Amino acid sequence: MAAPSDSERYAVATQWQLTWWRFRRHKLAMVSLVVVVLFYLLAVSADFLATSDPHETDARTSYIAPQPIHLFDDGAFRPYTYGLKGVRDVKTFKLIYTLDTSRKVYVEFFARGYRYSFLGIETDLHLLGLKDAGKGDGIHLLGTDLLGRDLWSRLMVATRVSLTIGLVGVSISLFLGVLLGGVSAIYGGWVDTVIQRGIEVVRSMPTIPLWLGLAAALPNDWSVTQIYFAITIIISLLAWTDLARVVRGKFLSLREEEFVMAAELAGAGQTRIIFHHMLPSFASHIIAAVSLALPAMIISETSLSFLGLGLRPPAISWGILLQDAQNIQTLALAPWLLFSAVPVILVILAFNFLGDGLRDAADPYG
Amino acid sequence: MADPILSVRDLHTQFHGREGIVRAVDGVDFDVFEGRTLGVVGESGCGKSVTARSILGIVDRPGRVMGGQILLRPQGGGPPVDLATLPQAAMRRIRGPEIALVFQEPMASFSQHYTIGNQITEAILLHMGLGKRAARARAIELLDMVGVPQPDRRIDEYPFQLSGGLRQRVMIAMALACDPRVLIADEPTTALDVTTQAQILDLLRDLQQKRGLAIILITHDMGVIAEMAHDVAVMYLGRAVETGPVQDIFNRPRHPYTRALLRSIPTVMARPRTRLPTIEGSIPHPFDRPRGCAYHPRCSEKLGAVCETHEPPPIDTEHRQVRCFLHGGIPGAPPGTQP
Amino acid sequence: MIAFVVRRFLLGLFTVWLISVASFTIIQLPPGDFVDAYIAQLAASGSPVSATEADMLRKLYGLGQPMYVQYGKWISRVVTGDFGESMEWRRPVTEVIGDRIWLTLLLSFAALLITWGLALPIGIYSAVRQYSFGDYAFTLLGFVGIAVPNFLLALIIMYFSFKLFGANVGGLFSSEMTIQPWSWAKAWDLAKHLPLPAVILALAGTAQLIRIMRANLLDELRKPYVVTARAKGLSETRVILKYPVRAALNPFASNIAYLFPFLVSGSVIISIVLGLPTVGPLLVKALVAQDMFLAGTIVLLLGVMTVVGTFISDLVLMWVDPRIRHQMD
Repeated sequence: MAAPSDSERYAVATQWQLTWWRFRRHKLAMVSLVVVVLFYLLAVSADFLATSDPHETDARTSYIAPQPIHLFDDGAFRPYTYGLKGVRDVKTFKLIYTLDTSRKVYVEFFARGYRYSFLGIETDLHLLGLKDAGKGDGIHLLGTDLLGRDLWSRLMVATRVSLTIGLVGVSISLFLGVLLGGVSAIYGGWVDTVIQRGIEVVRSMPTIPLWLGLAAALPNDWSVTQIYFAITIIISLLAWTDLARVVRGKFLSLREEEFVMAAELAGAGQTRIIFHHMLPSFASHIIAAVSLALPAMIISETSLSFLGLGLRPPAISWGILLQDAQNIQTLALAPWLLFSAVPVILVILAFNFLGDGLRDAADPYG
Repeated sequence: MADPILSVRDLHTQFHGREGIVRAVDGVDFDVFEGRTLGVVGESGCGKSVTARSILGIVDRPGRVMGGQILLRPQGGGPPVDLATLPQAAMRRIRGPEIALVFQEPMASFSQHYTIGNQITEAILLHMGLGKRAARARAIELLDMVGVPQPDRRIDEYPFQLSGGLRQRVMIAMALACDPRVLIADEPTTALDVTTQAQILDLLRDLQQKRGLAIILITHDMGVIAEMAHDVAVMYLGRAVETGPVQDIFNRPRHPYTRALLRSIPTVMARPRTRLPTIEGSIPHPFDRPRGCAYHPRCSEKLGAVCETHEPPPIDTEHRQVRCFLHGGIPGAPPGTQP
Repeated sequence: MIAFVVRRFLLGLFTVWLISVASFTIIQLPPGDFVDAYIAQLAASGSPVSATEADMLRKLYGLGQPMYVQYGKWISRVVTGDFGESMEWRRPVTEVIGDRIWLTLLLSFAALLITWGLALPIGIYSAVRQYSFGDYAFTLLGFVGIAVPNFLLALIIMYFSFKLFGANVGGLFSSEMTIQPWSWAKAWDLAKHLPLPAVILALAGTAQLIRIMRANLLDELRKPYVVTARAKGLSETRVILKYPVRAALNPFASNIAYLFPFLVSGSVIISIVLGLPTVGPLLVKALVAQDMFLAGTIVLLLGVMTVVGTFISDLVLMWVDPRIRHQMD
């Protein structure tokens, strides 16, 4: 019989197994998990997937529309695209570059391209490249920007930057949140009051103006990496409050639970109770809260960079890519620049579904 | 005995969830008479409260009354009305003026956002066609009747400003607002301390005598049954396994489950420091209801294979009914034979 | 009750103080003192400042003295309404900001009303008809609302309205109305332009509030008092609207305290995309140009605005929940 064995299985399952089983039932959350994992894989292999140097400018390739890849040539699988040709405009006499449909350029897999370092290994291998490419020829899957940089390649690198900035930011928020939320719950009394009021104060501040003010004050001569970390810290400084509230709430409710009481009666020390008994039982809640905080971080970075006050070129992030799409004239001319919005929306959506699924799985009644 | 005000016949209420069907009420029969109290007793999860809600037609989704009859005899005679098939609009005129409900948690049963006066007069305004002023006067009168001190001041207070016992009195006043003929009291005293419990039960008995109320008293407490009920229905897993007058049930229980319940009441007569007998095992999960007699896995007087394979039919003997093969109904055997 | 109001008020004052410190810090953050920046700017525009003039300026702003003295001088001028000069515009900051602060407030408040107006009925619907088609549709829409940052939404809407109708949806006034003095016609013009940016701004908050409302109401619907109300013979609509919805309004009201800062923040960003004459674009421009008095003042004003909004929402909460009202009785 299936039912009793099932219930036996449930009876001996650990908290983690139970959470995982409940999580697996959320189809949308499972799909989102896959999407998130794929995005992070993509972030790791961004340079490998890029088709040309994301920083390389070329006036000839300015605003090239997305360039399709034709998979079959004469009935055989031989992906190709077209080369580039310059046409003189009859009125302005300016050279305008467009695709030359008479000249096929064949696509090569595992091609050699610009050099980059992958997990510490120096290489120039890329997934896609062109065989016998002429000057200016390229695979512009998503077209190019004003400076002729390949949007697809830039998007790959931007994904890495934007996704990791979220991770680093959440780590800082998590540290602050667990620390302050935990201290607030464990010590109680005036410590609790002060921290709680502090959280209320932080939460009633308008975040974006403050971020803007702080971000604008970063010195102009800082390197890309310095700015990156400074922005991360600025974003996470105001984002820890939700995590602190979750941690405090869970701490307080768990302290009333029988198993904590039992551990206390058994003579376990406070540290042991906290780390051995309480933390594991709300770690899943924290993970859920984190996966809901991550998209907020990503949005924050994107917004700041979009306004020109976050990361600054030559850094590449989603916000910086979208900055190019800021005014309607540019959009009318090169609507593909708006494509950078797609991964932003996808990732944020996936994180939200994931977080929701995790929260439900961690706490089916809460 | 006169005709019952309310007769429940073969009531089935089921919850269709994603995990399967729960047969919360699975063929319940009982009668309720004017001026008498029917005690419905059983362990938690046996379907007592769902029965009460089924009668009022307010079972929460995904629950539904799937079959059976709930016959209410109209005031002043006439053929009984089947509440199970009554349309919602007509049913709303039953709730309050005909059948009213008192709940186990007096705190949670009130909204904390309105004064008690507001919550009492609401039903009066709706059903009795009184004006605001008259409704308020009636509410004060009701509060006075259930023993709330200073009713004209208390009426403007919020539930969270009252004590537990007082809240339950207000709850009763609210239930009686439209002069119902049947009062369903679902564990009315469970959340109260012993003295308050006794006061509330006294109040209910007093009101019953004055108004000829028919009361359905739902409880898991055999002591409350002994004190209050005239008739008893013992429920197990959605069925009334034994019904009958209270003396008969207490003095000559026939179903093994009833006997087990009675054994587990602590009495002052018992030798000190002896273990209270408990019923072995626990209530099966509603999804895997045992085949045959639902009680057989815990039954100490099991007859054998027949209990595991067949459901015992109801066996009637003057005023009493029992569902157990100990008292007949074994398939193949001539009716009435004792094993 | 009075204690509650007083406590909230004091907390609000404290927050305002913190925000003023933050604003002052922002003013002080750029390297060098701002008189240097001012002088550099004046010199660049062809009107050099003599050393004595510079010293006078330094004295006026208390530069060289300890930070808290400088803060004290600044804040004591601020409370009298003197926010200093905008270096870029060379006009008093108050003059530069002008109507913009009120338009920001108006936009945020309109978005707040829209958020309420949408989230309340949709939340009720989604909870009462849980798992219905409509519920799923709204849930999906809600997720999209949360996932699409509002500046992106503004961008997308702008692009499509341009593409499909050839119309520029930006601004809060028609071009011919922008410089006109206030009149009924101008107010009407504003009323016509306000809904779109307000809706864009409101969407993310609405999505969140719908989810909160739905979850709360689902909780409340399971409570015994709903059964009590049903047992009185009230109609289902009446039962739900009078009892559980009222109870679910409670967290609804308390959430507004966090919604308002969120909306004010958001207005800064979408104003830049949609070219709205609020303080948003001004703030970014000021920050980029390191026009620090202007930037600090805007941060301070926005902060004060959200604190006042939060305080008002506390009062609303008190009005909604009798338990808070009677706490001190």
